[in-house]
Amino acid sequence: MELEKKHIQQATQEEIRPPVTIMGPMGWIRANLFSSWFNGLLTVLIIFLLWKTLPPFFKWAFVESLWRSDGTACRDAGGACWSVVSQNFRFMIFGFYPHDQQWRPLLSMAILVALLFYSRNRNHWKKLLVYAWLTGLLLMGVLMKGGILGLVDVESTQWGGLPLTLLLAVFGLTAAYPLGVLLALGRQSRLPAIRTLCIVYIELIRGVPLISLLFMSSVVFPLFLPEGVSINKILRAQVAIILFTAAYIAEVVRGGLQGIPKGQLEATETLGLSYYHTMRLVILPQALKIVIPPSVSILISAFKDTSLVVIIALFDLLKTTQSVLSDPQWMGFSTEAYIFVALVYFLCCFFMSNYSRRLERELNVERA
Amino acid sequence: MPTPEEQIIVIQKLHKWYGEMHVLRDINLIVHKGERIVICGPSGSGKSTLIRCINRLEEHQRGRILVDGTELTNDSKNIEKIRAEVGMVFQHFNLFPHLTILENLTLGPIWVRKIPKAEAEEMAMYYLEKVHIADQARKYPGQLSGGQQQRVAIARSLCMKPNIMLFDEPTSALDPEMVKEVLDVMINLAQEGMTMIVVSHEMGFAKSVAHRVLFMDEGQILESNTPVEFFENPQHERLRLFISQILH
Repeated sequence: MELEKKHIQQATQEEIRPPVTIMGPMGWIRANLFSSWFNGLLTVLIIFLLWKTLPPFFKWAFVESLWRSDGTACRDAGGACWSVVSQNFRFMIFGFYPHDQQWRPLLSMAILVALLFYSRNRNHWKKLLVYAWLTGLLLMGVLMKGGILGLVDVESTQWGGLPLTLLLAVFGLTAAYPLGVLLALGRQSRLPAIRTLCIVYIELIRGVPLISLLFMSSVVFPLFLPEGVSINKILRAQVAIILFTAAYIAEVVRGGLQGIPKGQLEATETLGLSYYHTMRLVILPQALKIVIPPSVSILISAFKDTSLVVIIALFDLLKTTQSVLSDPQWMGFSTEAYIFVALVYFLCCFFMSNYSRRLERELNVERA
Repeated sequence: MPTPEEQIIVIQKLHKWYGEMHVLRDINLIVHKGERIVICGPSGSGKSTLIRCINRLEEHQRGRILVDGTELTNDSKNIEKIRAEVGMVFQHFNLFPHLTILENLTLGPIWVRKIPKAEAEEMAMYYLEKVHIADQARKYPGQLSGGQQQRVAIARSLCMKPNIMLFDEPTSALDPEMVKEVLDVMINLAQEGMTMIVVSHEMGFAKSVAHRVLFMDEGQILESNTPVEFFENPQHERLRLFISQILH
């Protein structure tokens, strides 16, 4: 009896460790890489492939690569020619924007990034933020266009590169989202005229590729304008992107609206809330939360689709890169240039999806 | 019994159809101020539809409904006026899951009644005290038990200061052990003189607070009597069968 007690005490005092086979790195390898003969085979195969591909890539990209040379030097080198990016960096980023004025688009982008980072924190979501955005967007417009405050006037035909891509994307997405929500609500409206209009709009736009909308905005639309009147090309492309994205957002939001139980509407009706308050305070906050993941998918693909404006001869980031590659000195270094462009796009999209996941997490705290 | 001047709900020759289906047939009902009525009947008998007609969650096709002298028509002014007087509690609570308990209660007062936020919160806390749930004010509905949620739903209705309360099977979706806490709140409300129409099969509740119990079947009111007479001396064959079945 006494002995048994002692034994129990000892056992509880000294911690008994699990066997080495299920713990630590050995355990992890066993559980994740070699849990069956098939998985073991796959692991070996993948390690072999990585060994075959990674070192050569590393050698190409970092060891034998040239970072700050001219094109002729690159042709003799065996590795990557990152010089195509570094030597043409300013043109790729800013396009035909006057060289000595390029601090202006740079500052605009800095303002944009600052605003985006400030908006990341949900505690900052107050009226002030709306004003901050409005001022910021106005300031960015003034900086880009100039013509006042002693800034040299820069025609929008000279805008290009990354600022143009971001401009089309940020304005496009922020305008398309509310429009999409309105369309989704309109599609559920009890008034037949509004409902039909929304359905026709959504189905029409969704049935047409973005390219054709862009073509229409740049080629067909001006034909209808009276002589002498012309609407800025960027603005026309911008409107096309907004109209296109809104139709997709509308369908996603409609899905969210249908996911809200009918009882929620009945409860607001009994309380006597107006349609506007019902939607703003009860239905949309719940519906939009449900559709965060699919909306972000649409926003990401819309962001990438802004590169289609090349076909109407706007010099966005992709087009400026292509122009660099048509220079005889840099011809043939498309891999390096496109890797760079891909990285820029990836960073932006990664930020978006990262932000959405964070938002989802924060909003989910409400449910136990 | 109250005098005829105090009639608060008058329903005359009410008919309702869902497509081809005749769900309410010739309903005549007068409810007096302070009267408490329990409606029971088999499922699909039209009892929920009837009370949902009173605040226009369902539209009736024939007959008249008057609430406190205002007739329910398509006129949205009238509907608004009647909804301001009638509170409703649902089987599935229908709380707003994205708002805290306190926000659930203050939503109506702030946005419909235009009461300042601080005042609305004070009132909300008063009603939360009344349903014994004030300590949960900052939580979200998903964090509460069914019984607690239903008590919040009752408090939410009360915040709009209604003269009439409708209850649509308020305890049917609850675990058995939570039924009592909700019924206790409803009994308290009854003792304060609230006009109540309750769709429920809780016989104990009917016996202790109802002035009248109605039995509905196939869209008609088959029997209307005091609780004692209703349960102990049912006239209608269908009601006798029903009572024998819910007693098991």
